[in-house]
Amino acid sequence: MSWCCFFCLQWATLRMERGAKEKNQQLYKPYSNGIIAKEPASLEQEIQEMRRSGSGLGGAEFDMSDIFYFCRRGVESIVDDEVTKRFTAEELESWNLLTRSNYNFHHISTRLTVLWGLGVLIRYGILLPLRYTNIPGVVTVLCFSGRMKSFLSEKVHLMCYRICVRALTAIITYHDSENKPKNGGICVANHTSPIDVIILASDGCYAMVGQVHGGLMGVIQRAMVKACPHIWFERSEVKDRHLVAKRLSDHVADKSKLPILIFPEGTCINNTSVMMFKKGSFEIGCTVYPVAIKYDPRFGEAFWNSSKFGMVNYLLHMMSSWAIVCSVWYLPPMSREEGEDAVQFANRVKAAIARKGGLADLLWDGGLKREKVKEVFKEEQQKLYSKVLVGGEED
Amino acid sequence: MGSRASSLLREEDIEEIKKETGFSHSQITRLYSRFHSLDKGENGALSREDFQRIPELAINPLGDRIINAFFPEGEDQVNFRGFMRTLAHFRPVEDNEKNKDPSAGEPLNSRNNKLLFAFRLYDLDRDDKISRDELLQVLRMMVGVNISDEQLGSIADRTIQEADTNGDMCISFSEFIKVLEKVDVEQKMSIRFLH
Repeated sequence: MSWCCFFCLQWATLRMERGAKEKNQQLYKPYSNGIIAKEPASLEQEIQEMRRSGSGLGGAEFDMSDIFYFCRRGVESIVDDEVTKRFTAEELESWNLLTRSNYNFHHISTRLTVLWGLGVLIRYGILLPLRYTNIPGVVTVLCFSGRMKSFLSEKVHLMCYRICVRALTAIITYHDSENKPKNGGICVANHTSPIDVIILASDGCYAMVGQVHGGLMGVIQRAMVKACPHIWFERSEVKDRHLVAKRLSDHVADKSKLPILIFPEGTCINNTSVMMFKKGSFEIGCTVYPVAIKYDPRFGEAFWNSSKFGMVNYLLHMMSSWAIVCSVWYLPPMSREEGEDAVQFANRVKAAIARKGGLADLLWDGGLKREKVKEVFKEEQQKLYSKVLVGGEED
Repeated sequence: MGSRASSLLREEDIEEIKKETGFSHSQITRLYSRFHSLDKGENGALSREDFQRIPELAINPLGDRIINAFFPEGEDQVNFRGFMRTLAHFRPVEDNEKNKDPSAGEPLNSRNNKLLFAFRLYDLDRDDKISRDELLQVLRMMVGVNISDEQLGSIADRTIQEADTNGDMCISFSEFIKVLEKVDVEQKMSIRFLH
C-alpha cells in the first residue's frame, strides 16, 4: 500500500510540473537562489581592496570607508543569514500540496486549490485514520515488552518500530547496510526530528541517549528502559559532562551492549544543513559509525519546529502528510586519528555526513536556536580588523 | 492555502513600497517573508531583540549601530515600511534610474543617501557631525580590546586632521563626502538583490 502511495505521488508531482509548463505558469518559485547574492571575500581582502581603489591616502591605517564592509555585511545578514533559516522548515521550489510547508505561496490557479482541497480530504479522511489504527498495536507491544527476555525483546523492538514506520507511511531506503553500527560503538547521525530514531531503530537495535522528558515522551522512555539498557539523563546531569562521558564509556566498553545512538547536534535542524557537532561523544575514543539521513521534502515536512509545534501536534502533521520519504546512508566507521583532537574529529565526521547527504556543512552551533551567540565570535572579528589596522602601520 | 504572511501585505501597500523604494514586486514579497520570519512576536513590527537574534549580525562589531539605523529617533519598533525604506539604501544603482525625473526626489539608493547612511553610523548623537569622541567610540567598537587607547587616539586624530577642512575638529557630512570621493560607494554599499 505504501509503494502504491509512493508511485501515485510521483505521478501527481510529474503531472503538476507538466501542467504548469503547458500553461507557462509560475508553479516554481526559484527560492533555491536565495534573496541576495553574497560576496565570499574575507574581511582583509575586502578592506584592502577598498583602500587601494579609494582615497589613496597612502599608508593610512584607518580609512573612513572601512565601515562600508561591516555595514554591508550586517545588512546582508539581516536580509539572509545562514543560521536562522535552518530552524524553520525549508522553503520549497514547488508546493508539495501540504498546508504548512510554503510560507510565501500565492494563489496560482483554481485547479491547484481544488487539488489541494482533495488532498486534505484524502490525507485527513483516509490516510490519517488508517495510520491511527497502528497505534494501539504499538502501545500494547511497548507495554508488554518490558517483561520479555532480551533476545525476544530485540525482535519485539524491531517489530514495534516497524509498525511505527507503517504508522507514518515512512518509505525508507537504506544504503550501504554493510556499514551498519556494531556493538561497542557509537552511531552518530544528523538530527531533523524524533522520527530519526524510529527510522534508524527499525533497521537495527540501538541504545538511546537523551534527556528525560515529561509527558508522552517520558512514558515511552520509561517503557523502553525496561527492555534493554538505554541511557537517559536528568536535565541537571547533562551539564555534568564527566558523568555523561563516564556513562557512555562504560556502555561502549561492554561489548554485549548495543551501539549507542547519538545526535551530536543536540537539537533538530531542518535537514538542509548539518550544524556543529558537540564534541562530547567524540572524546570517548571508540569507533564512530556515521549515518546520514535525508528526507525528501516533496511528500512531507519531517522537521520538528519545537518552538512552534508540540509533540502531539507534530505527530498529527506527520501522520497526515502524504508520506515520509527518506534515504539513510550508513557511512564506513571512523576513528580518531593520531594528533587529532575531539573537535577536529567531530568536524571530520560532520563533513562526511554532510557530503553524503547533500547537506550544507556549517560551523554554527545548533544551540543558537534558543541561545545567544557567544561574545567570543565578535571578538574574533574585532581581532581580524585590528590586524588589518595595525598591520598597515608596520608597512 | 497560501500563507498568513503574504495575505497580510496588501497590493496597495506593495505598490506604495515599490514607488518609494524601487524594489520589484517579487523582491518585496520575499523581503516581507523574511520580515515575518524575523518577527517572533508576530506583531507586525521588529524590535532590537529580533535583529540581535541573527547570529551573523550579533557578531558584527558594528551590529548595534546597524540595528540602530533601522529605528527612527526614539522608537523601539520598526514596521515593514520602515524596514524596506532602510534596506532600499542598499539597492544597487541602475543606469536607467539616473535619467529619471529629478523632481521625483532623490532615490533612497543614490550615492548621496548611501554616504549619509554610513555617516550616520559614525554620528552617534545625530547632530550631523562626527566629533573626535564619536569617532573613537566607533573605532573602539571595530577593534575591541586589541588596540590601546593611545594608538586609537592617534588614529582618530590623524583621520580628523586629514578630513577636517573648516577647522572645527569635527567631520561634517560635506567633509565626509570629500574624503570618500574616490571610493566606489555605489558598489561597496550595495547588495545584489536577486529577481
